[in-house]
Amino acid sequence: MIRLEPRSQSSRWLSLMAPVLAALFAMLLAAIPLLAAGQNPFIAYGLIVKGAFGNLFALTETLTRATPLILTGLAAAVAFRAKLWNIGLEGQLYLGAVGAVVVGTGAIDAPPAVLIPLVLIAGAAAGALAMIGPAWLKTRFQTDEVVTTLLLNFIILLLVQMLLEGMLKDPMALGWPQSEPIVDEALLPAVISPRYRLHMGLYLAMAASVLVFFIMRYTTFGFALRAVGENPAAARHAGISITGATLGAAALSGALAGLAGVSEVAGLKGYLTADMSPGFGYAGIVVAMLAGLSPLGVVLAAVFVAAVFVGADFMSRALSVSNYLADLMVALALLCVLIGGFLRRFKVSWISASNTAKGANT
Amino acid sequence: MEFFDILLSENFWAATLRIATPLIFGTLGALICERAGVLNLGIEGIFTVGAMAGWMAVWMGSGLWGGVLVAMLVGALFGALHAFLTVPLGLSQHVSGLGVTMLATSGAYFFYRTALPDVSSPPRITPFQPLDIPVLSELPFVGPALFQQTAMTYLAIALVIVVGWVLARTPLGLAIRAVGDNPDAVDSQGLSVYALRSGAVIVGSAIMAMGGAFLTLSAFNAFFFGMAGGRGWVCIALTVFASWQPRKALLGALLFGAFDAYQVRLQTEVGAFLPAQFFLMLPYILSIVALVVAARGADYPRALLQPWFKGQR
Amino acid sequence: MHSDSNGEKPPSASTRSGVRLKPNLQENNGASVGAAHVASAGLHSLPTENTPKLLQLQNISKRFGDTLANEDISLSLHKGEVVALLGENGAGKTTLMSILFGHYVAEQGTIHYADAQGVLQLLQPGNPQAALAARIGMVHQHFTLAENLTGFENILLGSENLLLPARGRAALRARVEAQMTESGLQVSLDERVSALTVGERQRIEILKALAHDTQVLVLDEPTAVLTPQEAEGLYQTVALLAQRGLAIIFISHKLHEVMAASDRVVVLRHGKLVGELTTAEASQQQIAELMVGREVPPNKHEHVERGEPVLQLSAVNVDSTQLRHRLRDVSLTVHSGEIVGVAGVSGNGQAGLADLISGLLQPSSGEMRIGGTPASGAGPRQLMARGVARIPEDRHHQGVVAAMNISENLIIESLDDPRFQRFGVVRSGAARAHAEQQIEEYDIRCEGPDATVGLLSGGNMQKLILARALDKAPLLILASQPARGLDIGAQTDVYQRLLDARKRGAGVLLISEDLDELFSLADRLVVLHEGELIDAGDSDKVDRSSIGLMMAGQHKDVAEPQEAQR
Repeated sequence: MIRLEPRSQSSRWLSLMAPVLAALFAMLLAAIPLLAAGQNPFIAYGLIVKGAFGNLFALTETLTRATPLILTGLAAAVAFRAKLWNIGLEGQLYLGAVGAVVVGTGAIDAPPAVLIPLVLIAGAAAGALAMIGPAWLKTRFQTDEVVTTLLLNFIILLLVQMLLEGMLKDPMALGWPQSEPIVDEALLPAVISPRYRLHMGLYLAMAASVLVFFIMRYTTFGFALRAVGENPAAARHAGISITGATLGAAALSGALAGLAGVSEVAGLKGYLTADMSPGFGYAGIVVAMLAGLSPLGVVLAAVFVAAVFVGADFMSRALSVSNYLADLMVALALLCVLIGGFLRRFKVSWISASNTAKGANT
Repeated sequence: MEFFDILLSENFWAATLRIATPLIFGTLGALICERAGVLNLGIEGIFTVGAMAGWMAVWMGSGLWGGVLVAMLVGALFGALHAFLTVPLGLSQHVSGLGVTMLATSGAYFFYRTALPDVSSPPRITPFQPLDIPVLSELPFVGPALFQQTAMTYLAIALVIVVGWVLARTPLGLAIRAVGDNPDAVDSQGLSVYALRSGAVIVGSAIMAMGGAFLTLSAFNAFFFGMAGGRGWVCIALTVFASWQPRKALLGALLFGAFDAYQVRLQTEVGAFLPAQFFLMLPYILSIVALVVAARGADYPRALLQPWFKGQR
Repeated sequence: MHSDSNGEKPPSASTRSGVRLKPNLQENNGASVGAAHVASAGLHSLPTENTPKLLQLQNISKRFGDTLANEDISLSLHKGEVVALLGENGAGKTTLMSILFGHYVAEQGTIHYADAQGVLQLLQPGNPQAALAARIGMVHQHFTLAENLTGFENILLGSENLLLPARGRAALRARVEAQMTESGLQVSLDERVSALTVGERQRIEILKALAHDTQVLVLDEPTAVLTPQEAEGLYQTVALLAQRGLAIIFISHKLHEVMAASDRVVVLRHGKLVGELTTAEASQQQIAELMVGREVPPNKHEHVERGEPVLQLSAVNVDSTQLRHRLRDVSLTVHSGEIVGVAGVSGNGQAGLADLISGLLQPSSGEMRIGGTPASGAGPRQLMARGVARIPEDRHHQGVVAAMNISENLIIESLDDPRFQRFGVVRSGAARAHAEQQIEEYDIRCEGPDATVGLLSGGNMQKLILARALDKAPLLILASQPARGLDIGAQTDVYQRLLDARKRGAGVLLISEDLDELFSLADRLVVLHEGELIDAGDSDKVDRSSIGLMMAGQHKDVAEPQEAQR
């Protein structure tokens, strides 16, 4: 018999350690595909760490990669807190990038102090819009938002391709489907020096994380959002508008994902292509789960996931192992953290049938 | 009237059935899982890994049916993972499903790249050939559409009948329907909720994987990255559209196939005026519309998404 | 198709002219409904020493952490006997039955059952399958039916080999139908369960439990969902089944039904068996004292002058596909300083009435006034601002957000109150201080304002809800099942708070399924039946049996319908 006993109060230490242990365990599991590929896992792990943190360049690359992941991670955390299953982060990210391109490629002539905020607002608004639709369908018609947001990812990506071959196409790009470049006044400045790719987007993302923490913890909107997520019936009974909280969560979540798109296009790439995001939207879900939906934890989780990607890239070049290993590790991390959450809530022990009991119940 | 002419062409109807086939497998699989009370968002990854595993087996010489079998086994394996996480552990079916999709997809890609590191263009196999059913395939119009498909398409349709019969008429089907409505009803009669739910998820996932195998072993002859292309998510929408009934799942898949086949043909007619992506979007938009229409008043299995633990009433 | 076994003779007749076997049963009006049917339960011969034993529990003890849920309980059950297992919530009844059915394993003690030859065999502990194989069947309080299947399909479940096609259904069908004729459990077997009434579902449950050649049947609080008349039908069924040789355990916490349905009463208190009596020789008072452990205090309250109307419903209709939400032409007035009790079998519109007054549901027609001014169209927030306080029926579902802490749950209804927020930012300091004060005032036992509400006991959770509801000196208090599932101490506390509020001048609308509660608290009673509200008049002028008839929708035969608007 498996015996499960709900832990009355999961200890703080356990809450903090569970995701760390899950991540480490996922790394350990990744030894299986490594061995299958004929590699020594320890050498591979060493190369991953070196590739992710080995020198200043590696570190800046990791942080550059972490930037959009923080934002999509926050987006997922906000939505999941409200039990709104926003799996459409990828689409919202692209739509946010489109918003940035529309405003930031010369349509408006203004100094950076004006143009950068405008670009950010445009991207956030576009992302928010992409999520409000499915959320509205959910509140109005009880349409499952998981499926609608997933399908919207495909629709939006096709839309972006269409725009890049049409309205947004850069005539100077020799036929490549890409947008015109973002004007210099709208570009997010580099952080350390222009030699590194790290840009102000990182600070933006960290500021967003603090802001989201504050909103969730200290505002009535955050309160309502959490209440609706935990127990919609009680929230409604207490006079909280479920539609309002759901749409609010959707707008905030979509806006954050949209900002991730802005940060990539205006901070890193400089122009929009249809292959700009290697799945930042989906990885954001993993980041949020690893962080236990905590806005501040998202930053750490994003750095971890980014390190896996950057380090695995480095390792795969050195050992000629497929860099899909990184995706594999991230997927494993998600499943491990899920199980970790289970172990945090229940004490599990294998016992003989003679002691079977599940909580006091008379 | 080109718009109408398309409907009269034999190859439009043949394409409809061909496009519908993987969706029939996928929707049947999703429907079995959901009837037992488990949402399986692993479907997209199971499609991918089924396509890869089936193709890889054939490429290594297993024979086509051997490939289908391997795909089913691999699908069942990922189904077992999802079942373990969601049934006895009772974890979030949403998150677990997405995790399974990520794991299966990246696992498939990693395995393919590792097994075939140096290929520049995807190697090809000889896929299932259309069965020319004598006499019937000679029939005008319906002949090519209905009687020149590959064996897997006929298998899909046969499966609709089998799954429908099992769910409606057998003790097993009764128990599956009951466990998706009220697990306590099954438990109080001495049946195992865990076994029924896990079994349904595993079998459902094996059937989903057949949809993936169809892509590499019948529709095409090679494995490509991004092959599933959202078909899994479409199946999840079709399941709601079909009200969890196999016959309606077949109907939904055919409607979807017809629409997809129509938009491809329409593209060649009016493609000069509208970009290709516009047409490619239509099937996804159609899925959302179908979901919105069907979701109102949909008769969801009452215990869908609800974890159940033994001894906790 | 739906013919109650008591359909032949009107229940009123049986209630009034039933043979009274026990002169000492008539102390309070609660007995009259039950007493009549002791006759039917007593029709068969009482078991003697010679009657074979079917089940024997010996020295059962079970501990959960520090509490002894069962302590040295011994109990045996003979063929043809109905034993009532009586006790308050938390007395250990459910634990004992869970041990019998193998869900828990006792630390001490054994269970024996009679095999086919009548020889006592040891029941393997901790194995639910073993209990089924020992031909012990249970009807749970919460039905375990799949609603998307027919009644017969529910009975079929588990009786066939899952790996084979359907076989032998006709034989089982014949057995079930024979069972139906013998026991009077008439119900349509081919209707989807979702289309059946609660009473019909219960019959399916019983048939399901009987389908496996059952010799011991356990009924867990079987009347909780029935009208008094339906309950009487059930007593007759129980008597019939006992006559046919079954041994029946009838779990209950209601005295009168124990008197009506059982041959023997076994009383549990705090996990101990405190008394075992032959029903025919015991009085209600005697059993009540055993159950509660002290004199049952008469819950009389002081007189309060009635004031202005605080709630007025005039000709309110609520259209809904669900019976429990439907209201038909309901008119009702609650005045300041009075408690109006709403009786009725659950699911007859109580949810609709509660949701209407909570602002969760809008009337399709008719008008609602709060404090004399129209309030139709107002949502929860507006109604709270107008002085409506709500104690919802299901604490866990609607009352609290279990994952949030006490201080958050105390301000959840006041999110736009300037006391607790400024410019959309929560004033956590003020919220905490408020929580500390309320914890003190309402004696909420917890670790402090930051304790997660999900960890509180039911009683403390209810205190929190009371604290929140009464915080703003409300004009009207809507209390739905406010004491359900609480221990006596917490119940008394809830009652006292409601009486205090009434004294202060609040109007209280008390929705309850517990007639004892209604009679002891309410000044006036109304009854809901299929969405219609029937005025029953002052609570000290009406008796239980007429309330029972009104609950069954037969009021028109006994009393002239009275004007609810007074």
